[in-house]
Amino acid sequence: MNALIEVNGVNKVFPVPGGQVVALQDINLTINQGEFVCLLGPSGCGKSTLLNAVAGFAPPSSGNITVGANIVTAPGPDRGMVFQEYALFPWMTVAQNIAFGLEIKGAPRAQIDATVEKLLSMLGMTEFRGRFPKDLSGGMRQRVAIARVLALDSPVLLMDEPFGALDALTRRSLQDELLRIWQELGKTVIFVTHSIEESIYLADRIVVLTYRPGTVKRDIHVDMPRPRDSGSAAFNDLKRELGRLVMEEQQRHEAAERAGLTTD
Amino acid sequence: MKKPKLKAVAEGAAVPVLLLALWQFVCSMGWVNEHVLPSPGAVAVRWWQYLAPLEPYDPASGSWLAWAVSGELIIDSIGSLYRVLMGFLVGGVLALPLGLLMGAKPAVYRWFDPMIQVLRPIPPIAYIPLSILWFGLGNPPAIFLIAIGAFFPVLVNTIAGVRHVDGIYLRAARNLGASQSTIFRRVILPAATPYILSGVRIGIGTAFIVVIVAEMIAVSNGLGFRILEAREYFWSDKIIAGMLTIGLWGLAIDVGVSRLNNHLLRWHRGLEH
Repeated sequence: MNALIEVNGVNKVFPVPGGQVVALQDINLTINQGEFVCLLGPSGCGKSTLLNAVAGFAPPSSGNITVGANIVTAPGPDRGMVFQEYALFPWMTVAQNIAFGLEIKGAPRAQIDATVEKLLSMLGMTEFRGRFPKDLSGGMRQRVAIARVLALDSPVLLMDEPFGALDALTRRSLQDELLRIWQELGKTVIFVTHSIEESIYLADRIVVLTYRPGTVKRDIHVDMPRPRDSGSAAFNDLKRELGRLVMEEQQRHEAAERAGLTTD
Repeated sequence: MKKPKLKAVAEGAAVPVLLLALWQFVCSMGWVNEHVLPSPGAVAVRWWQYLAPLEPYDPASGSWLAWAVSGELIIDSIGSLYRVLMGFLVGGVLALPLGLLMGAKPAVYRWFDPMIQVLRPIPPIAYIPLSILWFGLGNPPAIFLIAIGAFFPVLVNTIAGVRHVDGIYLRAARNLGASQSTIFRRVILPAATPYILSGVRIGIGTAFIVVIVAEMIAVSNGLGFRILEAREYFWSDKIIAGMLTIGLWGLAIDVGVSRLNNHLLRWHRGLEH
């Protein structure tokens, strides 16, 4: 397996009134081509910060991130991002949203139309082509957001709690769909979540981050065959272990919050 | 679906009908001087005379259509609407790019905002003396005043629209590889449209108010001119007929603009129904 994404000694410090927050401290990760990696941790652990750094929205304070041969300096279509809030352009129809990235690229019209059709049918949304996002359910919106990123054929998919706002059933069907797409297209996925179960269901590898400063607490390879059975013993053993790890950090988070309240 | 609509019409008409009846009753009883308050019937007759052509139809003089619209009210309406349109276009065309620039570039905002804050509260009517000094009589001063009236609502709303664009759209566009100019054209501009269009609606409303005042000072036709002229002759019925015409045009324009908004913003969440 070839390394595709390398995170080298990344630190990220945010200034806050009266001091600074170390969101990420000395993060080192190597993610292979085609790997599905979940970043797991409680809120405030820096998992979204790390994802945003890979996306190029917020560069690290020190250290660097490389994707392929390039050091990340800015956002780009080689690292397509799917946001929790969908971030579809509400004034564009489903088809126009999916086509937007290719139009920016200056692709010929015929190719754009063919790609849009292919993605619409891949995600079972052909009849929603002309709808506006406001007329779609959350699950459908997130399918469009995924299709919009797939249209660019970026090798890396960055997903920031993409299914966090969906109900449990919709969430499961999108998880299955994502796995199908990932296997079919051979993407490399970095998926941020705070759901332990979601991370076990999806990932090849789960990276648990600590609460401030954000460091790698544990890097676990998940060897269960897919589709994974959330009732199986192996699944539940891992769930228990991850639960313990994540709750330790959650408790640190809550303790810090209380301390913050008393000093205010 | 038909019945509720009929009911709504009946409910909406009840109060005006009652008021009309009361008005007619007061006039029929001779309780008020007919010059102070003419009866609804007299107003209706006057309104019809105002609308109808001044001379009987003469086939030799030209087409029937030209004759049919030769009434004073129609000429006045065209005059007023023309001024509203021109004034709004001048004001809007100046306000839109300035607003976009001020919304997008904080430096430009800092240069212009203090001056705009000072100029904005000055009612267009206060510019009347200057407008006559600068533009003389006729349409130009009227259009100038209307342009001022339309300028600020469009400007202020455009600035707000650009500044309120949700950052998530900008991030999504940058992630897809959009350049600054693409982001401006395809993300910021459409995202700001709801604000801009509500500025347009307010701007046209203001333009319509200003046109009536402007016509009272500088021109010799138009609905505003006509009701002031009617006052000279004590034609109260014509004054009221003119006022009703202004009200109906204002309503028609607002309905038209709001229809246009609904069409342009059919993607917008706020318009779900």
